[in-house]
Amino acid sequence: MPAKTILTGVHFMNGDEAIAEGAIAAGCRFFAAYPITPQSEIAERLAWRLPQIGGMFIQMEDEIAAIAAVLGASWGGMKAMTATSGPGFSLMMENLGLAVMTETPCVIVDVQRGAPSTGLPTLVAQGDMMQARWGSHGHYEIIALCPASPQEAFDLTVKAFALAERFRVPVLLMTDEVVGHMYERVEIPPEVPVAPRRKPRVPPEEFLPFQPDPDLVPPMACAGEGYRVHVTGLTHDERGYPDMTPEAHDRLVRRLVDKIRLFPEEYTFYEEVQLADAEIAVVSYGISARVSLGGIELARKAGIKAGLFRLITAWPFPDEAIHKLAQRVKGIVVVELNLGQMSREVERAVRGLVPVHGVFHAGGRIHTPEEVFQGIEEVYRQCR
Amino acid sequence: MPVKVTKAAPELVPGVRHPLEKWLRTDRLPHIWCSGCGLGTALSAFLYALDELGWDPDSVAVVSGIGCAGRVAGYLRLDTYHTTHGRAIPFATGLKLAKPDLHVIVFSGDGDLFAIGGNHFIHAARRNMDMAVICVNNFNYGMTGGQLGPTTPVGARTTTSPFGNFEHPFNLVHLAASAGATYVARCTTLDGRRLQKALVEALSHKGFTFVEILAPCPTNYGRRNRLGEGLDELRYYREHMVIKHGADPKEADIAPGKPFLVGKFVDIQKPTYLELYQAKAREIGGEG
Amino acid sequence: MSELQERVAKRWKVPKGHIYVLEEFCKGCGFCVEFCPKKVLAQASHFNDKGYHPPEVVDPEACVLCGFCERICPDFAIWVEEEGKSDAG
Repeated sequence: MPAKTILTGVHFMNGDEAIAEGAIAAGCRFFAAYPITPQSEIAERLAWRLPQIGGMFIQMEDEIAAIAAVLGASWGGMKAMTATSGPGFSLMMENLGLAVMTETPCVIVDVQRGAPSTGLPTLVAQGDMMQARWGSHGHYEIIALCPASPQEAFDLTVKAFALAERFRVPVLLMTDEVVGHMYERVEIPPEVPVAPRRKPRVPPEEFLPFQPDPDLVPPMACAGEGYRVHVTGLTHDERGYPDMTPEAHDRLVRRLVDKIRLFPEEYTFYEEVQLADAEIAVVSYGISARVSLGGIELARKAGIKAGLFRLITAWPFPDEAIHKLAQRVKGIVVVELNLGQMSREVERAVRGLVPVHGVFHAGGRIHTPEEVFQGIEEVYRQCR
Repeated sequence: MPVKVTKAAPELVPGVRHPLEKWLRTDRLPHIWCSGCGLGTALSAFLYALDELGWDPDSVAVVSGIGCAGRVAGYLRLDTYHTTHGRAIPFATGLKLAKPDLHVIVFSGDGDLFAIGGNHFIHAARRNMDMAVICVNNFNYGMTGGQLGPTTPVGARTTTSPFGNFEHPFNLVHLAASAGATYVARCTTLDGRRLQKALVEALSHKGFTFVEILAPCPTNYGRRNRLGEGLDELRYYREHMVIKHGADPKEADIAPGKPFLVGKFVDIQKPTYLELYQAKAREIGGEG
Repeated sequence: MSELQERVAKRWKVPKGHIYVLEEFCKGCGFCVEFCPKKVLAQASHFNDKGYHPPEVVDPEACVLCGFCERICPDFAIWVEEEGKSDAG
């Protein structure tokens, strides 16, 4: 039974397990969650690992309590994470808003499954993508990453913690049941950078807890550090005191958005496969991107030059990259396990330059390469 | 408006000393609570208790929910967290487990803690999470205009029971005791130094502790139930409260017109969640 | 919200020390007047900016400095100070 914090070496593990190890490697020592398929392996692995390495695991009474505990632990100075699936993700939305408003770094994993409602508890879907963007009330910016393999699940979990600390924002890891449950080679390096938390550089008498640095992110003084900070979900000023004027509100909300939007180069990740000479681009993410490679292979065999643009960062959406893509291909196919969520973003970014065709399925199974190929053929016909 | 820093000079009045000013964000006073509201009294009693305990203010964190009682967090010159409705307790759980040396106190109202927050209350009590929960019970949802809540007495008029409440209310003392709280007390805002003593005991007692503080809400609850001034409700408490330590929590029901019990109901010792977790970690050869 | 620098507290001498009243914070609830065991206080005929009548000391000799007014006041508007304790913080 290993008690090492970072399991360096080559492993054969599933996405859920890789997420758990990624969190530990990134320095996460607090995990609170409520059981829900297909997240279970994340919680179960952390229940086993965390007590062995001086970390804290707690199974809370519901998902609302889980995310609330994560926020509390973050203010207690720890790197904290929770994991869930659709129904729990919905429950977490109010406190996700609290995390955004109080600029609390944390990581939330959604292992997506068939929905809406109880849906298909054990089967794949990708229907929570828009919810990831706008699930909480009010206007805000959020970062969401989509792994397409267990290896990437490990890597992106590490990245998620780094982005959470950098931007003082909850970061969402939007994976799916297939990536969560598939077993693949995962290589864990000897060490992984543990992102530092930005701390105050002045003594308490001079510190304004919500006065941002030039990059619009304020340093964070946690509980017990002598700074005596008031943290509230109410609209507040630089002192953290409630300030319910329209001016303060507009100023605060804009800063919460701008602090992320103005730095796309720090979080916009995507992968291009065979796009150099492509006439048709397939835009996809997560497990659907893996299947899309099969469809692209069929298309190439049939003489259609197709390639894959794989979204790794779903939010903020890579408008510029997609628009540039539309300038060099003749048509775009979006493959996702929902009836059109990221495809709308693609259409928006393409701004009518080329036809955008969707290959959709509500979930319960992944697409077949043939379905993707048919979609490629369809748009190829449209743009002739 | 000039922007001042959060740990500014604590004077309430220049050149004069108020005994509690070091605990208060004096730049945010006077507070928003109504004339005759019991929250200010409850807050004062809490601060006298902190004074008596002699804790380093930097080691104290207060977590509140939403409602009039939730506003307490904003007036305290401590690390304070004004969280979402009903969710102060799980937030406090994470905070305490991340930094066990902190003294973590939850300060909120009857609706926040026992309606929307009820599930979190019973589980934190069940686990014996090491924190004190102070509930200011004014028998309604005051901030939102005086709706009925889980402690509204039978027959009371509120904005959502305009014809008289027919729902049976919680007996919070009984609920807390049954759920596993290791210290349970009830006072009113009239209890002066007795209230301070109960809070000192609750705050220094290891494990999940609970103090219910009955408080007037003249603007809403009082006004609709012939207790229209804070004084009316305090006089009601004086006439009906019976101090009895060690009583059976089941006897602590509050019914209109009948005497009600105040005092200490539960005072026991049990291992906390963290103690059990650390013991288990050591048992499996981990780092505790 | 009153500016910190402008606040002024009224002060009365009583046998064992002083009673302070920060009139502008008083919300006229009447608790201190009602529950003072020695009937030291009464509501003043003047009122503050918010229209509330603050308490005033009408029988200073009766005060035993029990401090109950300070305890019951919800608004940090009245407090006592024992003789010999320093004024400023």
